[in-house]
Amino acid sequence: MLLAVLGVFVTAALAPLVVRALGRHSGWALGLVPLGIFAYLAAQTPEVAHGEPIREVHNWMPAYDLPLSFYLDGLSLLFALLVTGIGTLIVIYSSGYLAHNDELGRFYVQLLAFMGAMLGLVLADNAIVFFIFFELTSLTSYLLIGFYRKEESSRQAARKALIVTGGGGLAMLAGLLLLQQATGTFEFSKMLALSGQVQQHPLYTAIFVLVAAGAFTKSAQFPFHFWLPAAMAGPTPVSAYLHSATMVKAGVFVLARLHPVLSGTQVWTYTLVGVGGFTMVLTAWLALRYTDLKQILAYTTTMVLGLLTMLLGVGTGDAIKAMVTFTVVHALYKGGLFMMAGSIDHETGTRNVKELGGLRGAMPYTMAGGLLTALSMAGIPPLFGFIGKEVTYEAALHAGALSIPLLVAGVLANAALVGSGLVVGIKPFFGDMKGAFTREPHEAPVSMWLGPLVLGALGLAFGAMPWLIDHSLLNAAKVGILQRTLEPVHLALWHGFNPAFMASLVTFALGFALYATWTTVQDSAPMRGLGTVFGQGPGAVFERLLYGLARASEEITRLFQTGQFRWYLFAIFSSIFVLVGGAILTEATVRWPSTFGSAEYYEVGLAGLIVISALFAIRARERFQAILALSVGGYGVALLYLLFSAPDLAMTQFAIETLSLILLVIVLIHLPGLSGTEPLGRRIRDAIVSVGCGALVTLLMGMALAMPMDLRVSEYLAENSYTQAQGHNIVNVILVDFRGIDTMGEITVLVMAALGVYVLMRMPRTEPPAFQSSDGERPEPTVAERETV
Amino acid sequence: MFFSLIFRVATRLLVPILLIFAIFMLLRGHSHPGGGFVGGLVAGSAFVLYALAAGVDDAREVLRVEPRTLLGIGLACAYGAGMMAVLAGKNFLTGLWAHVHIPLLGDLHLGSTLLFDIGVLLVVVGTVLLMVFSVEDRLPGLVDE
Repeated sequence: MLLAVLGVFVTAALAPLVVRALGRHSGWALGLVPLGIFAYLAAQTPEVAHGEPIREVHNWMPAYDLPLSFYLDGLSLLFALLVTGIGTLIVIYSSGYLAHNDELGRFYVQLLAFMGAMLGLVLADNAIVFFIFFELTSLTSYLLIGFYRKEESSRQAARKALIVTGGGGLAMLAGLLLLQQATGTFEFSKMLALSGQVQQHPLYTAIFVLVAAGAFTKSAQFPFHFWLPAAMAGPTPVSAYLHSATMVKAGVFVLARLHPVLSGTQVWTYTLVGVGGFTMVLTAWLALRYTDLKQILAYTTTMVLGLLTMLLGVGTGDAIKAMVTFTVVHALYKGGLFMMAGSIDHETGTRNVKELGGLRGAMPYTMAGGLLTALSMAGIPPLFGFIGKEVTYEAALHAGALSIPLLVAGVLANAALVGSGLVVGIKPFFGDMKGAFTREPHEAPVSMWLGPLVLGALGLAFGAMPWLIDHSLLNAAKVGILQRTLEPVHLALWHGFNPAFMASLVTFALGFALYATWTTVQDSAPMRGLGTVFGQGPGAVFERLLYGLARASEEITRLFQTGQFRWYLFAIFSSIFVLVGGAILTEATVRWPSTFGSAEYYEVGLAGLIVISALFAIRARERFQAILALSVGGYGVALLYLLFSAPDLAMTQFAIETLSLILLVIVLIHLPGLSGTEPLGRRIRDAIVSVGCGALVTLLMGMALAMPMDLRVSEYLAENSYTQAQGHNIVNVILVDFRGIDTMGEITVLVMAALGVYVLMRMPRTEPPAFQSSDGERPEPTVAERETV
Repeated sequence: MFFSLIFRVATRLLVPILLIFAIFMLLRGHSHPGGGFVGGLVAGSAFVLYALAAGVDDAREVLRVEPRTLLGIGLACAYGAGMMAVLAGKNFLTGLWAHVHIPLLGDLHLGSTLLFDIGVLLVVVGTVLLMVFSVEDRLPGLVDE
């Protein structure tokens, strides 16, 4: 498994070379890697389905007890198959979609890096390894959403996604660390064996809240749902892969992974059912508000994520069965539909449903794939989506006290889903050609219709023949979530005239009605209100908050960074005075040395010279005089070093003093002369601070002298500097050898400071930008728009 | 540029002496007062003097490399000296010593610490000059009057 994950990352690194060699056909070559991994994983299915999870451990950082461990059970197998299987189709699709983009190489690096991260995430056994991959998916998706980096809206969407999912990731990390406190292990496989114990642990609520925060943000649950539709600013293959089939499911995945450890409590059930159910109904209806194919699909994605979260909250055997079934159902149809939307955009120049129609003749293969997937989304038999919907209703019906609200919410959401499924799948292909296309509609290349067709065909196959996967893969996934074996998953197209089927009929009736009246409903006043409040609203609030944060930090910065040097000096020295002085008063006893050694006359003279030069600097009427006076003081100090046998220090001080004198003179010549006098109050204030600091330092020196001298370190250095470091000059030996790493740090800081000056000097003087209220999210620019740029 | 004949003639004499002195400081540092830091300050002063006497453009030309490059090379020398020890299987930054006998000159002690100190010198020179040069770039005429 390590090989599989690393293989994807290596492929990512090599992708630009492949693209250079093969150009627009590179997708076929690059797709072989995920395909190979898919085949390898699929070959493990029988073993895993037999209830024998595979664990693989590699040493990574033994010092931190951090192994690279992977765990393949039914749950991770299911997700890994989705990641690699759909990933293969997406990789192939991308080279067709971005065939004319010069940056296809860069795109593949990011896409494959994401795939590697996602694969690592679902396979990880160690919670820290899991977290690393979790954050990697946030980072790579940030790059992918912002792929059209010259578009302001792309960058804004990318930032939104990064902050929301990255922030949630941090909560997740905290939750996982607490989970380790509660269970004593970082390995998921070992935690799962402890199911039932964590729920009693005093940390349980904190763990749950943090993990759920991570999962909800990643899986775009209300009120964090806004980043996902905004993320449609990325290229379509990204939307198809990350924002429907894989990454957004990472949140659901972690809830499923930790299901045995965290579920079963009231807070678990009500939070997940409440948040998931609300998100499901809300975003299902929001989908009907929009006319951009990608936007519609994005909102139906959050609807499904809500549904999956809700089912995990219910947590019964039926609910988990519905959850794993719907995961597959959704991945198949949503991946296909996004690719179809991209193909339509690619070949006609628009994605607006209202402008599309009559493409059945021009794009037959795309239509076939699109229709199959859309009907699966609408839950029409005999497609897999129908079974998905039936088992969901069954789970709702068997959910005890919750069953009535669940059923109502399910029917409401699914009816909207039927409506938007039909809108997406039928409108573009049937009816009259609208003729507003910027280009002659024509069929997409093979690479672009292959994906929807394969996924659509799979939806049909699994619908007609659910025995292909129900006993093996789906059952194993269910066992993986619950960690115990219940009655095996059995799916069938026909369940008889049971209540679930009745609910389906109601759903169809409502859904078809919605489809028939869609043009009116879409632009009706209630829908517009819904769109403003819940569609654009949260995103706009988020942008406002972000802008407010930037403004507040700017205000704080302005408060402290006045740009006046005298203020900085005053702040530094007065805080030293208060903090150090306060510490001495409260925490130390003031001692004074009983005797001082006698001083030679030239030492006294030198000290006097330093004092006089300081006084002269204060009284100087011109800057030049003040600088010269200060330099005299500096050279005096250097002489003092020399007298007290610190030649290295003295030399450095001389050199620094000379250099700074030269530099100051260069600059000072150009400054206006000192004029006027400071107000008396400020002079008194400054005098207090400076005299206070001087007294404080004198006091500290005295206290240091009064301490018994500890010579161990000096003696050690004196003894070992030649024997170990071959140098007689202890100071230099310390600098380059004994404490070399300090010097390393210092010169690194020096480099940073120099670069800082360099950058500052090159920066134009600018004002911070004003708040730009984006007009809601703007999905990916259509192909036509991109070409006019 | 100061139009002082004395200053310019003196600079012409001083700069090479200062540079040799800087190298001298660097080399003797391990066993006598000196070292890369002070050597770097001396060398940096030499170039600043030159910039004052002949102008920043001429000083850049004499320096031949950008100060930024010096910073990079300096850091690379210091980290490289540390990594040499790692490659030799010791802890990062452990001093390595080689004793080379060169005819006529006598025994030579060569240590990885010397490379480290050269790195310090280059960083210090680079820092001083980058600051001076970029101030001049921002406010032309400040150094180059």
